[in-house]
Amino acid sequence: MSLQEELQGPPPAKLIVDHVSKWFRQKRQTVHALDDISLEVAEGEFIVIVGPSGCGKSTWLDIIAGLEKPDKGRVLADNEPVLNPGRHRLVMFQESALFPWLNAFGNVMFGLKLKPGLRNSERREVAKFFLHLVGLEKFMEANVHELSGGMKQRVALARALAPNPRVLLMDEPFAALDAMTREQLYGDIQGIWEKRRKTIIFVTHNVREAACLADRVVIMSPTPGRIREVFDITLPRPRDFNSIEIAQHASTLTAALKEHGAHATLTG
Amino acid sequence: MRRTLLAIVFFVALASLWGAIVRAQIWSPVLLPSPLSVWDYVVTSGRDGTLLSASIVTLRRLLSGYAIGLAIGLPLGLLTASSTFVEDTIGVLALGLQTLPSVCWVPLALLWFGQTESAMLFVVIMGTVWSVVIATDTGVRTIPPIYARAARTMGSRPFHKWTRVILPASLPYLVSGMKQGWAFAWRSLMAAEIYVTILTGFGLGHLLHYGRELNAMDQVIGIMLVIIVIGLLADKILFSPWERFLHRRWGTGRR
Repeated sequence: MSLQEELQGPPPAKLIVDHVSKWFRQKRQTVHALDDISLEVAEGEFIVIVGPSGCGKSTWLDIIAGLEKPDKGRVLADNEPVLNPGRHRLVMFQESALFPWLNAFGNVMFGLKLKPGLRNSERREVAKFFLHLVGLEKFMEANVHELSGGMKQRVALARALAPNPRVLLMDEPFAALDAMTREQLYGDIQGIWEKRRKTIIFVTHNVREAACLADRVVIMSPTPGRIREVFDITLPRPRDFNSIEIAQHASTLTAALKEHGAHATLTG
Repeated sequence: MRRTLLAIVFFVALASLWGAIVRAQIWSPVLLPSPLSVWDYVVTSGRDGTLLSASIVTLRRLLSGYAIGLAIGLPLGLLTASSTFVEDTIGVLALGLQTLPSVCWVPLALLWFGQTESAMLFVVIMGTVWSVVIATDTGVRTIPPIYARAARTMGSRPFHKWTRVILPASLPYLVSGMKQGWAFAWRSLMAAEIYVTILTGFGLGHLLHYGRELNAMDQVIGIMLVIIVIGLLADKILFSPWERFLHRRWGTGRR
């Protein structure tokens, strides 16, 4: 495999979530985390899952990643059932998932070293390419604690992109950042998505973030986690986080969330 | 530079205070020798090679016991942290034995092994292993689970996960555990050398013991000083580089 091919990489994946249910058995009670979740995700689609905390959205992401197994139903990635974690579906976590014993470059190299079929010199090239892509080429040697919150998440993004996954799973990646940094990253992530064309599943509880990033927004309600509504967002890209259209879509999403949140408390 | 100077001033002042107390003749010079006579002992026994050969004998015992202690303690600690069965058995045992002062192993070692090198090695290993087990166990349990999850999504298999994620992530605890293990090994060995009189090698503990038998207080204090200096040097040479690395990478220890 040549370096060029590696940097272009395989096409984004098609993802099918097929009637997935999940329970967590605890000592005193069993929590019904997900109830009959089904969704088809097209190749290269940007899906944002929105819901209040406790609606199982992170569990859902873990199941797609292969970190958790569904109790019922299955997940198919390119028609192959997902049984284990694999580097075709990489996860970007909320925070502090960077390894503090490695520097920025070492963190990006971690996943690359686990990818067969590359020479070490090529791995280093790929790591540099992605650190450049997220604008951190000058911070390759920086230790994790020396980076700001936004820079840490950029390194995490580079680390998730570098092994060229076909699906990128993002679990509230910007929740812990300040508003300024976040808005800058919305621009960056849209730019990178245009360039790299990944299938992205993005979990958040921020409706404006959802409206700004998504092709489709999935609204969930808690206890048990259910899909309530799916909205198409067809605004042209790149989208401006502060535009009126985004605000309008966000208020529609908020209304939907409130409606289903109330419904959930009535029935649950 | 300023810090070195201050440290020198402090220790010179300490020695002068000691000298002043000796000159005041509150205690007999047999019990409290002057700093100069202690220094004389250190210099002469340093010249004739007693000190060097005793230090080498002691350090050889210490290093071999410590190495074996680490080789047993590290994997055991990893096991107690990863399996509830081992945690409930070996883990409890380690916790209990860690509270046992290592001198308590000496009578048992003497009866089992006699006046031999093995007896000393046994005491040192017993002094080291349990604290290393506990430190490793704590280290592994303190790691945020997200590291292992992130590694798994990137294709890390169990062996890779243990060697490339769990071990480096618990490094701060491991190093402090190894440091503690070293201190315990040092203590145990001194206890062993004072009680186990063998002819296969004369260590610092033996010199200390015979200093007492001969009422040679300058020797006793001189050897104590040597033991302290070796302890300090070991700390600086063995552990300081690691701690500096950890502080730099983790961003800890800054004031």
